[in-house]
Amino acid sequence: MVLTRRAEFSASHVCASPKLSDAENRALYGLAANPNGHGHNYVVEVSIEGKPDAVTGMVFDLRELKEILNAQVIEPMDHRFLNREVPPFDRVVPTTENIAAEIWRRLEPAIARENVRLKNVRLYETADLYVDCEGK
Amino acid sequence: MKLTRRYRFCASHRLDVPQLSAEENRRLYGKCNNPYGHGHDYVLDVTVEGPIDETGQVADRVKLDEWVSAKVLQQIDHKNLSNEVIGLKDSVATTENLAKLIGDSLAEDWPLVARLRRVRIMETDRNIFELEMA
Repeated sequence: MVLTRRAEFSASHVCASPKLSDAENRALYGLAANPNGHGHNYVVEVSIEGKPDAVTGMVFDLRELKEILNAQVIEPMDHRFLNREVPPFDRVVPTTENIAAEIWRRLEPAIARENVRLKNVRLYETADLYVDCEGK
Repeated sequence: MKLTRRYRFCASHRLDVPQLSAEENRRLYGKCNNPYGHGHDYVLDVTVEGPIDETGQVADRVKLDEWVSAKVLQQIDHKNLSNEVIGLKDSVATTENLAKLIGDSLAEDWPLVARLRRVRIMETDRNIFELEMA
């Protein structure tokens, strides 16, 4: 069975690679390359797959999941400038793909246990763009 | 990793097939058989899949948007699907057939490294059609 929990955080970022010129970054990332940054209301949906526990009837304790999400993702990223305040985005371009992959890396070890695994991280940058990361 | 981008288009259509009588078409398609047609604000989700490239992206959004615009939106936005859209003139403009047309149109000469994975159309908030691409 798959359980999904949603959370939100708001953050600013710049999409620009230090390996490219300003003009190349503008051509590649468009408005997102503005060096002063811009922001989004990100929505993250975390899906966990497992068997409901024989005693509790739950795939995962939702209170514990909320605490893990808060500690690993929301508190470090909410109302932050990702490039300047949240590693590894001081050296990794904080595209939606890379943020989703980082969220996966932070959550996967905290969630994995017997018969339970992190299945998918869906990250909405806007209502019109999201990525799904299954750890690959 | 998969990336999904949402697009919108507005179009009209009429559901009616020549193999059935007028009465049978009315019974089968109901209000959708209205001879004058009717329209929807369609929502189109296009999903592509691939590894993250050196730019940190699965796919270049601008290239994806340009492709969807050229191959789909410019052909069907603010059109009558039943009368004007090549590819639907000879088949009834159900959203199933529309999804197939959109999937085939996008796949032909597909220009991105990322693979075209899925086309999902919301005809209304209540009627949703998904086509997984081979």
